Amino acid sequence: MRIVAEHLSYVYNARSPFATAALKDVSLTIEEGEFFGIIGHTGSGKSTFVQHLNGLIRLPSSLKRYKKKKLKKGQLPPPETVLKVGDIDLGDKKTDFRALRKHVGMVFQYPEYQLFAETVKEDVAFGLKNFSKGLSDEETERAVKAAVEVVGLDYEALKDKSPFELSGGQKRRVAIAGVIVTRPEVLVLDEPAAGLDPLGKQEVMELLHKLHSEWCKTIVIVSHDMDEISENCTKAAVFSEGSVKFVLPPKELFRHADELTALGLDVPLTAKLCAALEKRGVSLDCDLTVNDFVEKVLARWVAQKKGDNA
Amino acid sequence: MKDVSFGQYYPVDSFSHRLDPRLKLIFLIAYIVAIFLASNFYGLALCAGLLVVIVVVSRIPFGKVLRAVRGVLFLVLFTAALNILFYNGETVYAAWWVFAITKEGLIFSAFLALRLVLLVVCSSMLTYTTTPVSLTDGVESLLTPLKWIKLPVHALALVMSIALRFIPILMDETERIKNAQKARGADFESGNLFKRVKAMVPILVPLLLSAFRRADELGDAMDARCYTGGNGRTKYKKLRFTWRDLVAFLAVAALITGVVLMKVYLPAPY
Repeated sequence: MRIVAEHLSYVYNARSPFATAALKDVSLTIEEGEFFGIIGHTGSGKSTFVQHLNGLIRLPSSLKRYKKKKLKKGQLPPPETVLKVGDIDLGDKKTDFRALRKHVGMVFQYPEYQLFAETVKEDVAFGLKNFSKGLSDEETERAVKAAVEVVGLDYEALKDKSPFELSGGQKRRVAIAGVIVTRPEVLVLDEPAAGLDPLGKQEVMELLHKLHSEWCKTIVIVSHDMDEISENCTKAAVFSEGSVKFVLPPKELFRHADELTALGLDVPLTAKLCAALEKRGVSLDCDLTVNDFVEKVLARWVAQKKGDNA
Repeated sequence: MKDVSFGQYYPVDSFSHRLDPRLKLIFLIAYIVAIFLASNFYGLALCAGLLVVIVVVSRIPFGKVLRAVRGVLFLVLFTAALNILFYNGETVYAAWWVFAITKEGLIFSAFLALRLVLLVVCSSMLTYTTTPVSLTDGVESLLTPLKWIKLPVHALALVMSIALRFIPILMDETERIKNAQKARGADFESGNLFKRVKAMVPILVPLLLSAFRRADELGDAMDARCYTGGNGRTKYKKLRFTWRDLVAFLAVAALITGVVLMKVYLPAPY
């Protein structure tokens, strides 16, 4: 499912002294099959944007929008807001949002805090029972088992345990299983690695790559960690103060190092090194993952050594 | 959910904001007494007049004050309707079965409704103009005599301030959990009452757990800063009376005198 947003704006607490514009005229397209990263500072509008994707924040109906702003003479009508996920039009009032949510899975920040059921099995089955009514017990169990196993947990050992007895990392996996159990085509994760230690972060990212190849076609992650985005994503959008600044493959991000720093975002470590090397006349065509960077630098060094010897 | 602004502190600087919280609490009680002492519209008008002055002086937007009324609008309308229908008056306008709409009933229910609205507005003025911290300081200070009968006044005040502080936090948390469960297909809007109550479980369990977790964390944080209770604890901000408090005191005293005088010399039935 392709996600298309055009001229999307959103204001919190509209018409009150506390009104804050969270999104200002955001246009963004996420192609099917991408591992898309959304990066930005706190308050840049990234979470607000992704909450639109499964209808937790709704677009005002187009009729209302036009009535509110009477056009002056000669003034062009404001550009039409469009938000589509696949063929589903989120601006349409008749859209079945529950059907949409079945296709667009959403994992919130600290998803382990949404666990509630008595057993892991029941908790993971919650979404499935909501979305696919009339599923037989065997079918439910099979789907739950598959979801728990794909997130790397032992289903038989955990299914009857209370989710609250598990360790932090296990809880987060169970929570993710509870979202992907319906096999959404698009999986959106808000800061999936927040609050985990480096190893836990790496494991979550590995899990997402596994899901991306065999479970969900499109993955969108929201993060403020540049290294996380550059290591994992095929494309990244940089949000700042409610608007999209760039949409680029991560390996081109370092070309904007100065702008990113000005936006208060860190540049990936590898990008910093690439930029420094480029200043000294060494240009590396590297994709900014640590492995690739090391490989390229070593190759260059070996080549130079050979040149010196010759 | 986010609209529940009833009773939340409104941060501006004004005469009312700077009053001593102890006096504000006493004034609130005195004002409520005055509302109930008032036996006719003259007295209530006097109360309403003072309240309008308080609202204007406090620089709180009028819409905000009205929103506090909106919270109890149903209650006001409901009691008014009951009184209109069941009051035993003499001048009957319309009657049907056991119901009768009378002139006295209409006047009486208007009187009651006004009383309720004044009650709500004056109590929300207290919370609009007083931060939870200074409100707690005020309560603690006023309850100090009860230490004498071994009541843990400091602890009670602390409990109150923590409870107040946690209302907006838990409200946000509820919103977050609700969204997370909605994303998993939870449906809170359809079904009969029983189904809807059952649908709240996926919100309530995580909310309760998070409340306990936060309580634990707060307890640890207080321990880490060597909190040992109220004994020997000094205050950063000492409460002191100023000229403002004197002015406010005179106003409230005048109000009560006025209401009593109206009660005695203008004994009109409502």
